[in-house]
Formats: sequence, C-alpha cells, structure tokens
Amino acid sequence: MLELYDTLKERFKLGELKQQRDDLAFVTVEADRLHELLSHLRDVEGYTHLVLLTAVDWIEEDLFQLTYLVNNRDEACDIGVRVMLPRDNTTMKTIHDIWPTAATYQRELREMFGIDFPGSPRVDEEFILEGWDDIPPYRREFDTKAYSDKTFAVRPGRETHDPAAYMKQQREKGEG
Amino acid sequence: MKDELKKRVIKGPDGFEFEVDPMQDYFCEEPPKEHPPIYVKIVEDLFNWARSESIWILGFGTGCGAIEMRPLMTPRFDAYRYGVQWRPTPRQADLLMISGYLSTKTLKRAIRAYEQMQNPKYVVGLGSCTINGGMYWDSYNTIKKLDEYLPVDTYIAGCMPRPEALLAGFNDIKKIIRAGKAEGANEYAKNFEWYKKNQKQVIKDWDMPDYNW
Repeated sequence: MLELYDTLKERFKLGELKQQRDDLAFVTVEADRLHELLSHLRDVEGYTHLVLLTAVDWIEEDLFQLTYLVNNRDEACDIGVRVMLPRDNTTMKTIHDIWPTAATYQRELREMFGIDFPGSPRVDEEFILEGWDDIPPYRREFDTKAYSDKTFAVRPGRETHDPAAYMKQQREKGEG
Repeated sequence: MKDELKKRVIKGPDGFEFEVDPMQDYFCEEPPKEHPPIYVKIVEDLFNWARSESIWILGFGTGCGAIEMRPLMTPRFDAYRYGVQWRPTPRQADLLMISGYLSTKTLKRAIRAYEQMQNPKYVVGLGSCTINGGMYWDSYNTIKKLDEYLPVDTYIAGCMPRPEALLAGFNDIKKIIRAGKAEGANEYAKNFEWYKKNQKQVIKDWDMPDYNW
C-alpha cells in the first residue's frame, strides 16, 4: 500500500497515510481531487468495490469528515479516503457516476447530516424519516433528548440515577 | 400529500374520462361508533367466553419483540393450544400485539392496521419500550407511551419478555375479556378526537384519512 501511496501522492496531493492494519489504510484528500482519485483507484488500481460512505461530525473543529471506504477484492485490502468539509452549507461532488450505489448513501447523508450532493439521483427525497421538520438528526448540535421530550408523551415515574452519586447516597443512608 | 392520493382526472382504457378523489372514494370518512354490550349479561358472558378462547393475533411485528412470537408458535411453547393463533390480515385478527418499540413511521402503519380490525379488538403492548420508552427513552423517532395513541388493554413488561411471560400475558387478556372489561374499541371511538390529536402531533406527514377501515 505504501508503494501505491508513493505513486499517487504527488498527482492527487494526498495527505498523510495512516496505516491502520496491513490491509487497511486511511488517507486524506482535498475535496476537488476526490472524484479523480476514486476513478483512478477503481479503474487502474483495482479498488472496484465501494464498501461504505459515511460522515463524522467534528463539531469542535467545525468540520464534516466524509469517509469513502473502497476495497480491492484481488488483494483483499481496503483504503479509506477522507475528505474534510466545512460544516455550514456543506456541498460535495456526487460520485454516483463512479458507483451507482453511492446515491443511496448520499441520500442518507443529505437527510441525516444535511450534506448536499447536487445531481445525485433522488437526493432531495425523504429517505428514512417521514415529515421531518427539525435540523438533521445526526448533526451533533441536534439535542435528541430535548426533541424527544418535546415531541413524545412521557409516562411519569421514570427515574434515572447517576450510578456513582446514587451509591454514595445509599451508603450515607447505611443501606449500601 | 402523496400524488396518488390527490384528486385527479383519469382516462380509462375506453377513452372515458372520470374524476377520482381517493380520499373520498376509497376510504370512509365516518368516525368509528361505540358498540356497547346490548344483550343480557348471560349472553354477553357467553360471547366473551368465546372471544377469550379464540384470540387471533395480527402477525405484525413492530420491533424486536416480533422475534418472541416464533418460539410461541412452534411446538416448544405452542400457544395454539390456548386458542391463540396468528393471522395474516387485520380483517381476521382481534388482537394487535405491539411487539417492542414503535417508531413514528411504524406507528402510522400500526394505526392503520388497528383501525382496519373488526370490533371487538384488543391491543397488548409488549416490552418496556411500549410502557415508558425503554432503552429508546431519548430517541428522536420512537414513541414512549403507547396508550396515548392506541387504547391498550394490558402490557407485558420485560426487555424482552420471555415466551412464558407472553403466555401469562395471554392469560391476563383472557381474564380481562371474560370479565367484559376489554372495551378498547369503544374507548377509541369515545375518545376518537383525543387519540387523533395525539397521533397527529407525532406523525408529522399525516397523509391518510382520519379513520381508515
């Protein structure tokens, strides 16, 4: 994998290679070089299978991280290509022309994170949620507890204890 | 509203044009009615005995609890010996088992299934998710209290309840039916507006008639 990295490093302006295992490595790339890199990996290097496309919300750094995990069946190894994007009004070039299955992932990311992929098939349709009217629920500024309390009726009588504090309280009572 | 539910003009194969309004034509707008017991007690008792001995369940698994139904059907626990059996359509069923968590999407389908069942009909909530949310207590898309949305006759606690607990639950619902206290369908008809208000509060894209049966 190191050889592959060395050959592609200059051409696609790759970031640092993080070798996780012998058969798994991660590499960062600029957003505008991604499409090119993935086509090259698929057509020339034999990474023919898109395993997954997922996002991570780095709210502290104000970034979204997209991970495109691609797999080479013949050599049984994976490369994760990471792209860092700004968090507000995030748009990314669609890759459904390389792997049509990516359209499904892109619909999910659009709905759950609000990342737009213009031109991807049916990207603006509802994917899992029906009639969602709040901010996308996987973004970390979305407070799922507050939303749940606001929307759904609660049965009274449910208590939650912080285990440490509760044990301490019991011990003070002499019951612990 | 979905396109197929909108009012539109359709051209038939013979060239004849006609207007279709699915909400008017395919569904009945009339709200459900109460059907209080009308016969003398001894006759009602006979009916209730017959009802309690043939509980037919709608085979609709909403959450992980559906997995507990399989050992119940099969020879090890064999619920059929108690007259309990599973039916493929709401029209043939009289017990709706809400088996586990209900997401708002599933709630919509569960309401439709419930309303399509014939009177008298019963609802059993299974697992702690239907009681107070269970482990989905802070989820953005699962309901936490089932009896706000459907009239529940009894709950079976546990996460998940074992098949033995379910058999005990069937005995409980039998006793309730025998005592003539399983009036869920009438409760639903009586408090129809309240139930609809709660349901619409949760289901944001309400695109079906208020009562579909």
